[in-house]
Amino acid sequence: MTQTLATGAGPTPRAPVAAPAGRRAADRWSRRAPLLPALIFAILVTQIPFLVTLYLSTLDWNALRPGERGFVGLANYAEVLTDTRLRAALTNTVVLTAGAVVASVLLGLGIAILLDRRFPGRGIVRTLLITPFLVMPMAAALLWKHAIYNPAYGLINGILGGSTDWVSQYPMLSVVATLVWQWTPFMMLIILAGLQSQSTEILEAARVDGAGAWQVFTRITLPHLRPYLELGALLGSIYLVQTFDAVFTITQGGPGTATTNLPYEIYLTTFRKFEYGEAAAAGVVVVIGTIVVATFALRVISSLFRMEGAR
Amino acid sequence: MTAVRSARSAGRRSRRASPAAATWTVLAWLVGLLFFLPVLWMVLTGFKREVDAASNPPTWFFTPVLDGYRQVFDRDITPYLLNSLMASLLSTLFVLLLATPAAYALSIRPVAKWRDVLFFFISTKMLPAVAALLPIYLLVKEFGLLDNVWTMIVLYTAMNLPLAVWMMRSFLLEVPPALIEAAAVDGASVLVTIRRILLPIVAPGLAATALICFIFSWNEFFLAVNLTATRAGTSPIFLVGFITSEGLFLARLCAAATLVSLPVVLAGWIAQKQLVRGLSMGAVK
Repeated sequence: MTQTLATGAGPTPRAPVAAPAGRRAADRWSRRAPLLPALIFAILVTQIPFLVTLYLSTLDWNALRPGERGFVGLANYAEVLTDTRLRAALTNTVVLTAGAVVASVLLGLGIAILLDRRFPGRGIVRTLLITPFLVMPMAAALLWKHAIYNPAYGLINGILGGSTDWVSQYPMLSVVATLVWQWTPFMMLIILAGLQSQSTEILEAARVDGAGAWQVFTRITLPHLRPYLELGALLGSIYLVQTFDAVFTITQGGPGTATTNLPYEIYLTTFRKFEYGEAAAAGVVVVIGTIVVATFALRVISSLFRMEGAR
Repeated sequence: MTAVRSARSAGRRSRRASPAAATWTVLAWLVGLLFFLPVLWMVLTGFKREVDAASNPPTWFFTPVLDGYRQVFDRDITPYLLNSLMASLLSTLFVLLLATPAAYALSIRPVAKWRDVLFFFISTKMLPAVAALLPIYLLVKEFGLLDNVWTMIVLYTAMNLPLAVWMMRSFLLEVPPALIEAAAVDGASVLVTIRRILLPIVAPGLAATALICFIFSWNEFFLAVNLTATRAGTSPIFLVGFITSEGLFLARLCAAATLVSLPVVLAGWIAQKQLVRGLSMGAVK
């Protein structure tokens, strides 16, 4: 009944039963068999492209000059690491991801607290709130760009007055606001699940002992919510770091490189400049960066599971 | 359990009457409406005439017309919707067929290194699609499979597989081990156990996993925009034409945006509970 944060990898599955040596191999393979199709498919479709990327990253290959393809070793990496556009893209990716994740977690926390009480129409309010997350991201980006931010007939200027050109004056903020609008419901849902899994007895006991609302919140609720906040932030980062739709639609990375993030920059290098070697090297750099961040993230996930196991 | 819950709700009910509680209720409604406002605006604008759509101050009251929708269908959105439907449904089916046995081998009858395998799957989800785009593009082009809906089906299957494995595993772990042991003692074969005991219990989990996979495939844009064109274009691709539109097009845009968002919005509204569990990879129940 109660909602709990439980266990992706939490409880250890039933241990293999010991068997005589001959049957053991057969047993191992019968255990593996159901896993193999998925594993092989995942390896084929996700790992082979990365090997190809590695190979391509050592080539000087611009698709506009098909004849001149040659091995250049690590030259593409030198190019990529010293490229100011790419460094700008890296900064923009961090700003965009961190901004959107932090804002949507904080907003989501506030809204989850509002919804963690019974009130007339709670189900309807919840339904209204999750809708932004369900709107197709591409449609949402178009809607904000044209129907909301437009200086002449957009909704913001229509309601507040003025003729601010939101997208060209505040490009990063415009992109982040759209993403926050879409991701706050997601954070709210996860945090709400956390709030509802709190033990009411402990909360009552704290109140009986004379703890104020703020004390209860900071001393009991927030520590309890920590794994939920971490999970929300982690999943949000995984998706938001790959933001493409909103940048592609709202700003096209501009003005200049003001909102060009790594996915969009690599897209430009590949399909606008046709610098295949450079794009591949940039891709490898992104993968290495992601591995570093992901190792940290996986540690967070694992610690969540250990916490669950200890409970 | 029940006692705790009823005590809790009684506590809430008594607080509801106070003015402070009323303020919180109003605030919650205001926030809900504020977040919904852009969606409402999108739906309303889709039913306007173009001159009303681009008015300042905004037009809130108008006679609804279907011009926007008619124009969207005149521009042939139907094939895009059908491509999306095909890519999303088939990839979801393939994901379930691959992920469910894999999840079984990571939970109920686990392989020795189940933990490593599980983290391998999730790590493929963390690798940015952008880094794989170029080789995928070149390989797909080499095999003459650009702008082919089957390419998208394969890629979406790979994209959603890790998520589905994690979700299905968390659902399978909920099957009481005693039940499976009892079936084995009664001499039931593995297939009978799966069909009679596992499937009925994890059916809601399968539905939740299918919903999440469907949503992610339906909304996917990055791979679609780079690998498809007119023949296999999915519904977000239909929207690309609106990015730099000039002149009166807002009603048409909003009609198209509403139309392509509708399947996922409806599915998400109906299955709110499963949505939470699915989005958190099964970690939040």
